[in-house]
Amino acid sequence: MSETKKKSEFAKQPREDKAILTFGYIVLGLFLIAIIVPVIYIIFASFIDPVTLQNKGLTFDFSKWTLTAYERVMSNAQIWVGFKNALIYSVLFTALSVVVTLLAAYPMSRNDFKGRGFFNTIFVITMFFGGGLIPTYLLISNLGMLDTIWAILLPGAFSVWNMIIARTYYRGIPQDLQEAAEIDGANEMVYFFKVLLPVCTPIIATIAMWQFVGMWNSYFDAMIYLNSASKQPLQLVLRSILIQNQPEPGMVSDMQSTAERAQLAELLKYATIIISSLPLMIMYPFFQKYFDNGIMAGAVKG
Amino acid sequence: MRKSSPGTSEKLAGGGGRLHNTVVYVKQHWQLYLLFLMPAFLLTIIFRYIPMGGILIAFTEYNPIRGILASEWVGFDHFKRFLSSPDFLSYLMNTLKLSVYGLLWGFPAPILLAFLLNRIMSAKTKQKIQLVLYMPNFISVIVLCGIVRILLSPTGLINSLFGTQTNFMTMPQAFRTIYIASGIWQGAGWASIIYTAALSNASKDLKEAAVLDGANIVQQIKAVEWPAIKDTVLIQFIMSVGNIMSIGFEKAYALQTDLNLASSEIISTYVYKKGLLDGDYGFSTAVGLFNTVINVILLITMNKIVERMNEGNGI
Repeated sequence: MSETKKKSEFAKQPREDKAILTFGYIVLGLFLIAIIVPVIYIIFASFIDPVTLQNKGLTFDFSKWTLTAYERVMSNAQIWVGFKNALIYSVLFTALSVVVTLLAAYPMSRNDFKGRGFFNTIFVITMFFGGGLIPTYLLISNLGMLDTIWAILLPGAFSVWNMIIARTYYRGIPQDLQEAAEIDGANEMVYFFKVLLPVCTPIIATIAMWQFVGMWNSYFDAMIYLNSASKQPLQLVLRSILIQNQPEPGMVSDMQSTAERAQLAELLKYATIIISSLPLMIMYPFFQKYFDNGIMAGAVKG
Repeated sequence: MRKSSPGTSEKLAGGGGRLHNTVVYVKQHWQLYLLFLMPAFLLTIIFRYIPMGGILIAFTEYNPIRGILASEWVGFDHFKRFLSSPDFLSYLMNTLKLSVYGLLWGFPAPILLAFLLNRIMSAKTKQKIQLVLYMPNFISVIVLCGIVRILLSPTGLINSLFGTQTNFMTMPQAFRTIYIASGIWQGAGWASIIYTAALSNASKDLKEAAVLDGANIVQQIKAVEWPAIKDTVLIQFIMSVGNIMSIGFEKAYALQTDLNLASSEIISTYVYKKGLLDGDYGFSTAVGLFNTVINVILLITMNKIVERMNEGNGI
């Protein structure tokens, strides 16, 4: 039905419009192909025997397919340590950040809040100006937070940008709700937790998703603040495998020749990419309905 | 006191009243200050403002044992050293080129995508396309750079397509193209959301009226769609220009190889290497501060320009 309807709408267009539309669809199609092809290539390549892959490229001769790479990556302890740490850091960071940000946004959203201008200035300045890498690093060091989870969780926990977005969202909530609550004798705490938060789920979900994905995918803070292998998040483990060409000890060491080791190390990259990206790839479609909401809130000027 | 003119006493009373009002307000609403705002305020002061004090390090030969104030004061020596070093211009230009070219190519891409998406009639098809477009955004920087390195390696997909064996990752002249193209690959779809949202807000009726009036696509875009997203485009543009000097460390560092440094060494990677790898704290802080100051100047200038263009409405 919709197919025929679309066709008829397309057919109704004047000729030059058809040309523009066709060209546009081709551009969009090419972009989609450019996104999909590398992903499919990596997926297929991860199953192919390293020697064959290097000599012939992709093959559909299934006798050359193997799960070796997956077995080796999955049986490596450091990958799992990375997963575990990334999960702990991301969950705690998201929880902490969402709580601090949502709380701060509430007084900042109220017109009667005394000192709002002062606090706003204090917060907004930090969006444009900061101490930079070394002073921040020395502070973390002086606080004794090097190589601890606090160096990962605390410095970025309060996001001014997310606070502005939450504040804008609060202001969009009808004032009647607050007035009704005040008449009922509810104080700030009751109003905030019982009345305001329950109607703010879309923005809470959006901010939570941003913070979670941001923490899960970042490596810089972990690289400069954490030294112990046991504390490394997934992205740092990936970095040594994918960027520094240093597979985890034990992944390739049983291979006889250097060439074999190099080939296997290449293959391990494909499997590592798939395994490490899978969790977010599976999760993000479930959040799609929140994307537009959150972005819309963010689009409103702070 | 009694002899003071009525005006003054009124003012005094007003001032005292205001102070009194504030005290009463704070007492009444102490929860707003202590429970709601305090955590964010403390985090900001500790992790944002204290490091600003640490900027003084840029003017010293910093000695970690002595601390900032007892370290030898060298004034602007670090800045002079950086500005007069032969590498200065190279790092500055690498930073500027990477972000300016990135902006030129990367900024229009999501707008174009949003226009195209807006022409997809079926909501279901549109949603499926969006799902694919958003996907790369959820890939990490490390994995993205891992994929790039694999595809561009001498035996990788790109080379086997053309039957060549070029090692792109070692070519300084290829770095910017790789960085910008992979950035569009990863980010254009996600960045298009904001424009798609603005476009879908453009009144459907308005567009139908335009179609009835016999407007062709170009006219529709001019009369209906462009006005709907113009403000969003402007805001996004200012913010991008304001962030030109704060181009990310993570991706540039992950795409660096020893051989492409001639174009891949930007100020942020240089600050990291000088400061944390070489331990030259004072110098590194000075370079970082130089970067921040340029960024702030750019931002203020942009805001002024927009205020002029937009009849006094800056950001």
